[in-house]
Amino acid sequence: MTRDLSYVDAVREATDQEMERDASVIVFGLDVDDPKAIQGTTRGLLEKFGAERVFGTPLSEDAMTGVAIGAALAGLRPIHVHIRMDFLMLAMNQLINIAAKSRYMYGGQVQVPIVVRSMIGKSWGQGAQHSQGLYSFFMHVPGLKVVAPTTPYDAKGCLIQAVRDNDPVMYVEHRILHFQRGPVPESLYTVAPGKARITTTGSDVTLVGISYMQLECLRARSYLESAGIYAEVIDPIWLSPLDIDTIAESVRKTGRLCVVDNGWVTCGASAEIVALVVERLQSIRSVVVRRLGFAPVTCPPTPSLEDIYYPNATTIASAVYDLVRGGDNGWRPKQRVDLQEIQFRGPF
Amino acid sequence: MHERFYKALYRIRRVEEEIAAVYPSDKIKSPVHLSIGQEAVSVGVCEALCPDDVVFGTYRSHALYLAKGGNLRRMIAELYGKVDGCAKGKGGSMHLIDAQARVMGASAVVGTTIPQAVGFAYALKLQRKDSVVVSFFGDGAVDEGVFHESMNFATLKSLPIVFVCENNFYAIHTHLLRRHKRDNICERASAYGMPAERIPENDVLRIYERVKEATAGIRSGDSGPVFLECLTYRLKEHVGPNEDFTLGYRHREEAQTWITNDPMARLAGFIDPGERRRIENDVELEIRDAFAFAEQSPFPDLPELYTDVFDHEAK
Repeated sequence: MTRDLSYVDAVREATDQEMERDASVIVFGLDVDDPKAIQGTTRGLLEKFGAERVFGTPLSEDAMTGVAIGAALAGLRPIHVHIRMDFLMLAMNQLINIAAKSRYMYGGQVQVPIVVRSMIGKSWGQGAQHSQGLYSFFMHVPGLKVVAPTTPYDAKGCLIQAVRDNDPVMYVEHRILHFQRGPVPESLYTVAPGKARITTTGSDVTLVGISYMQLECLRARSYLESAGIYAEVIDPIWLSPLDIDTIAESVRKTGRLCVVDNGWVTCGASAEIVALVVERLQSIRSVVVRRLGFAPVTCPPTPSLEDIYYPNATTIASAVYDLVRGGDNGWRPKQRVDLQEIQFRGPF
Repeated sequence: MHERFYKALYRIRRVEEEIAAVYPSDKIKSPVHLSIGQEAVSVGVCEALCPDDVVFGTYRSHALYLAKGGNLRRMIAELYGKVDGCAKGKGGSMHLIDAQARVMGASAVVGTTIPQAVGFAYALKLQRKDSVVVSFFGDGAVDEGVFHESMNFATLKSLPIVFVCENNFYAIHTHLLRRHKRDNICERASAYGMPAERIPENDVLRIYERVKEATAGIRSGDSGPVFLECLTYRLKEHVGPNEDFTLGYRHREEAQTWITNDPMARLAGFIDPGERRRIENDVELEIRDAFAFAEQSPFPDLPELYTDVFDHEAK
């Protein structure tokens, strides 16, 4: 049976069902067992599975990441939750030097099946250290898988896949995506690594939107349609392994690629996707490319600056319009009420 | 018992002396951090453990690996970068592992395996297993934040773990008292809520007794973590096969006390000379066999570069 669920409930249900299916799955992290239950994503788990399998931790991201790895070496499948991705900077040694490398540097004698959930914040003054989309750091390192699901359907299927996966998986959520609703099967299912999804087809330009930017790309597509431009929108879902086949195949058809990232452009996911597509197609056809992402500054909390820090549907549409028509046309659609982003009021 | 301890100490010492002897030939394709002078800590601890007990170590883990029952042939092959090495030549001397012997890894980054040992202990407790984890680290690791985070969580959850600080006084070339205001590692540990004891001068039998007591207490469910600070001394340079007294950061006189009180030499005096010769012969044969094994083992085939990044079956 398929119901309409929120992204939050999809994450919660996936965790609940996997914990019920497999006694080796445990959940921990700062505040996973507190009354707010990580926006509701861990609600009810403590009551159902007990404090040994669901527990809040000391504020020790570094050691607790090592604890997750050690528990995984002993046969558990830990889900370590971080309410902000920014906090992962405290855990980099364990993630990069141990989680990513153990299978390889121990010659295949061990595996580290951990899931690291983390959330990217946006708007309402999140500011410098509550807003960063740092997944490209992890894409850089062999041995880590990285996934950034956009829909409630993918949120559930990717989390189940991540838990069952025998490699460490960085599972990236976006706080605004938590409010998305969509069809989610009640049954257990997985969304396989390394498979992107074409969310809407089009012939003029390939528009890749990562994480929250997938929503803005879909809105941009509607604006572009009104100008007679048809964008094929792709959600990579998994950033590592990355499904470059699907993206390159689309660009082979359209000849134009715009990647919109929920992070900075320099050395980011957008740089990687563009480079891979151009490497693949350069001898086959000419391609024009464009990358959009956060302004190359620290995220400011004040709304006047924050508004222009992020790409949005109208700025994406404007950039894609120029990419398709050529030149600097100064075209920017008037914002439609039905295509506005969700207005969130904090605090969170 | 004296024979057992002597053999363990002698075996590790001789393996490492052989490594040092071979090193200039450049057959060993890995930086080596020799445990010569520090063997007593690994031997004292591991002789007190059960086969199912788990250890995590540091980049200076030859002694720990061997004391816990790690496969000698595969260790030497690993140092040679050969495919029969414990990590198929993909780990090297600093990342020894023998999952069967429950030697669960070693890191080149100071302090890094401490929380993994704690996490393993958490899993054992959750799984209602009887085993105990021992986390080995040096005095340098006490400087790291992760040490303190790990102590806190281990005591908070009363985990089945023994922390063994191998205090050899130097983090590379910097003395403890140039890194700490006070020489009080045990005080720091006990502040987190566990018993902590300093064991002087490579006292292998006392280490053994303390670990026996600690693990018995943990297995009976009466106690959580226990902390042991074992004073010891590295006789070779931080990394490499040579001595380093000419560098000037320490003096040979400082080492002399440790050489005089070498537990291996002291134990030798308690053993029947014939028995001692037999032990030493056995060890020499085993070492010769292990180095020959490493010599004849091939380097990994080139496709091995790309294996073990991810799980093959699941992709």
